[in-house]
Amino acid sequence: MADHYYNAEDLGKFGNIGEYQKEMADKFFSYYGEVFKDGALTAKEKSLIALAVAHAVQCPYCIDAYSSDAYEKGFSEAQMMEAVHVASAIKGGAVLVHGVQMMNKVKEISM
Amino acid sequence: MIKSLKVLQNPLANSSYQLDILEHNPTHKHASFKEKVAGIGMLPLLAVGVEIFQVNMGKMCNQVCKHCHVDAGPDRKEVMTRDTMQLCLNVLANSPIKIVDLTGGAPELNPDFRWFVEQIKALGKHIIVRCNLTIILANKRFHDLPEFFKLHRIEVVSSLPSFTQDRTDKQRGDGVFEDSIKALQMLNAVGYGIADTGLTLNLVYNPAGAFLPPSQDALEKEYRFELMKKYNISFNKLFAITNMPISRYLDYLLTTGNYDKYMEKLIGAFNPAAVKNVMCRNTISVGWDGYLYDCDFNQMLDLKVTPATSQHLADFDLSALQNREIILKQHCYGCTAGAGSSCGGAVAD
Repeated sequence: MADHYYNAEDLGKFGNIGEYQKEMADKFFSYYGEVFKDGALTAKEKSLIALAVAHAVQCPYCIDAYSSDAYEKGFSEAQMMEAVHVASAIKGGAVLVHGVQMMNKVKEISM
Repeated sequence: MIKSLKVLQNPLANSSYQLDILEHNPTHKHASFKEKVAGIGMLPLLAVGVEIFQVNMGKMCNQVCKHCHVDAGPDRKEVMTRDTMQLCLNVLANSPIKIVDLTGGAPELNPDFRWFVEQIKALGKHIIVRCNLTIILANKRFHDLPEFFKLHRIEVVSSLPSFTQDRTDKQRGDGVFEDSIKALQMLNAVGYGIADTGLTLNLVYNPAGAFLPPSQDALEKEYRFELMKKYNISFNKLFAITNMPISRYLDYLLTTGNYDKYMEKLIGAFNPAAVKNVMCRNTISVGWDGYLYDCDFNQMLDLKVTPATSQHLADFDLSALQNREIILKQHCYGCTAGAGSSCGGAVAD
């Protein structure tokens, strides 16, 4: 057992999750593959969305994978950083918008 | 100006040193390419004919690209002589080979380039020139190349690794993108890449980094849209080519710590369907000094065609070469990864 929680090599072992539950893993990977194909959005556009979401959910494996994928598909460094800012703005906004809830509560209990 | 590995006396200028790294990598044992091919029942890998006669006219080039498998540049003096060109012409005159593919370096820098083209054309062959675009702008004496290409109905194949300046210049040198765009506009102006002119202008994408090309079809659509929108440039096809882990690209992989990961990417993406269509099976590659190779990559690694066949233009034997056994090494993974790769782009769906 490693003495840390994340290991870069584990990304390459993602497919191994099927060893413990093959049917669900197969369904997940089939769905995953389908999601990232060209559709109403191109595979390239989906890659940039995935990069932003990877940052929002703070998944180091996903950030590794989609930093490579988005760059390989032709996005520039500036475009990728703007996508990260979008994730940041949404996450920051999600925190701040709860400030309204805080204000509501304070107004409710204050004189 | 960046210098070639050879002039810098970098050990990677030595093909034996490169092969030693590829075949006996000390840091990580990579699966053998030959065993992979054997595993799909295709060893020995045999040629299926000689349809393309690819001539490397020399290593001299006006550019010094970071990924160049030829280690070409202005400081390389090896160029094909007219005597060796005459040997090429003798072979072509006596064979049914229809396509002659001229590459380099910058083939146009060879002082006998135009003479050679005219002689090949007189034999009724179709000619492809791998033009780096910037050569057209490099000197006044090259400004008429688009007209010269048109006169001989030459198919032009040109590298443009991105439709953006930063990626192109990172790989091919400062100012290359701007000159490439000007050269493409000059080619369009005489009819190249324009519908119904019959003048073919194909572009080549190759990754500016340690990764594999994305989908050729998706890239082609994007190039077509962006080049037209921003620069009013049109072209025929886009070929997506994988970088081979040899020469300057191998140097880049090693010095940036990307070598093992890149090899694993190539190996992980091994596509049996691509093996069937690799370019070495229908091509013969001719070196500037007249020696024969299975492909331009084997040429740069000094891997001549099997000794069981003729190894030089002087004793060219088409019947022996057209079903020869191909020389395979670890770099061959570069042609079988993903959708496969050749001088004509992807080789598998």
